[in-house]
Amino acid sequence: MTGRILPFAPLLSAKPDGPGVAVFLRGKRTAATAADETPLDPGEADRFRRLILPHLDCAYSFARFLCRDPSLAEDLVQDAFLRAFRGFRGFRGGDPRAWLFAIVRSSHLTWAERRREPDVDADAVLETTPSEALSPEAVLVQQGEVATVRGALESLPEPFRETLVLRELEELSYREIAQATGAPIGTVMSRLARARQMLLAVLPIEGLRP
Amino acid sequence: MTACPDKEALLHGLLDGELDAANAQACEAHLKTCPGCAQALGELQALSARLSAPGVAYRAPPGLRARIEGLIDAEARPPPRRLRAAAPWAFSGGFAALAASLAVVMVQANVSALEDQLVASHVRSTLASHLVDVETSDRHVVKPWFNGRIDFAPPVIELADAGYPLAGGRLDYLDDRVVAALVYRRNRHVINLFVWPSKPGPALPPGPALRSGYSVAHWRNHGLEFWAVSDIDAGDLEAFRRAFVARAPT
Repeated sequence: MTGRILPFAPLLSAKPDGPGVAVFLRGKRTAATAADETPLDPGEADRFRRLILPHLDCAYSFARFLCRDPSLAEDLVQDAFLRAFRGFRGFRGGDPRAWLFAIVRSSHLTWAERRREPDVDADAVLETTPSEALSPEAVLVQQGEVATVRGALESLPEPFRETLVLRELEELSYREIAQATGAPIGTVMSRLARARQMLLAVLPIEGLRP
Repeated sequence: MTACPDKEALLHGLLDGELDAANAQACEAHLKTCPGCAQALGELQALSARLSAPGVAYRAPPGLRARIEGLIDAEARPPPRRLRAAAPWAFSGGFAALAASLAVVMVQANVSALEDQLVASHVRSTLASHLVDVETSDRHVVKPWFNGRIDFAPPVIELADAGYPLAGGRLDYLDDRVVAALVYRRNRHVINLFVWPSKPGPALPPGPALRSGYSVAHWRNHGLEFWAVSDIDAGDLEAFRRAFVARAPT
């Protein structure tokens, strides 16, 4: 069991006040012994359905942009909601989405750890241009504005992609993004600026740039 | 034409509504006199509009909400009170027989409740377009897929040549725990094989049994419980059981 918790240790230390991850850890630790845990009373379960469940679409959208795979996104969201439910006692108000996104993000991290993918190093990425930037052919193949914008977003390296998605698509505040991603606000701001810069390079704004 | 380097952070802050009143005013005043910054802000606003346009964010696929609601309902349900569930059966058997039969009856009641859950899970899996989480006939894909998702390793056995091709795997929730479900096909029928670690306790009655028109087969192997559920007939499911057991790793 301890081995399964380890991937989250750095996250926790980076974000001592992050209720989402702390709660998630608790849910995680008890995941295999769910039977021992006293279930939420019916009132709390209803509150979860009322407060958290309506954010399914945005949780899925966030997961989808994180992993860029439709069926994996479903798995991640399903996993995240189960963990959110188990850890719901730890939800202390605030925007439920920031709390939920932190859990979705953790589910994705767990998956990435298990795939033994090297962690994306934000600082290293800063030195490079998007490695998966769309080729002109890929842009032609994609149809329509929505697909173009999604494709461009998905070409961004992960830290920039998640920050920009949380800001532009989910309209989270800097503070909420910091809470969801476990990054300091200054980092959120610099990632946002860099993400927009990279995106403007692959998505020229017609009429404003020759 | 580019933005003033020292104003870049302010432009993003202004765009995102994160500046306090004083900074916002100062920034707006600067924009009036600096065409470079004004153009940069215009680009950022246009980009922002494209990103937040309807349709860019994904929507959850139709079945996902129902599945998550099902998971949550299962979690929210209080764990079955086993003794109480068994009581009506026990008393109907007569007082004298009660003492002798109580243990057996309780086991049977548990098994009966479990079989109801198994059949319900099987039916749900065939109705809710959630037959498999990982869809493949390759056991080398299914086996690692379970790895890390559950705390045990179900044996994934290829049975295509015996007439039961592997369709994939799925996680399910049964008997208060997450279990592995291996999905096999038999002609046009589906066999759900649920697997989870055995709890210490009396051995459950051997299969095959018939429940609400579904065949149910049960066996134990290497500390794991196996429950196969299908709408194929009981004899065919027993053949499946034999084929599976015969190839199970020893």
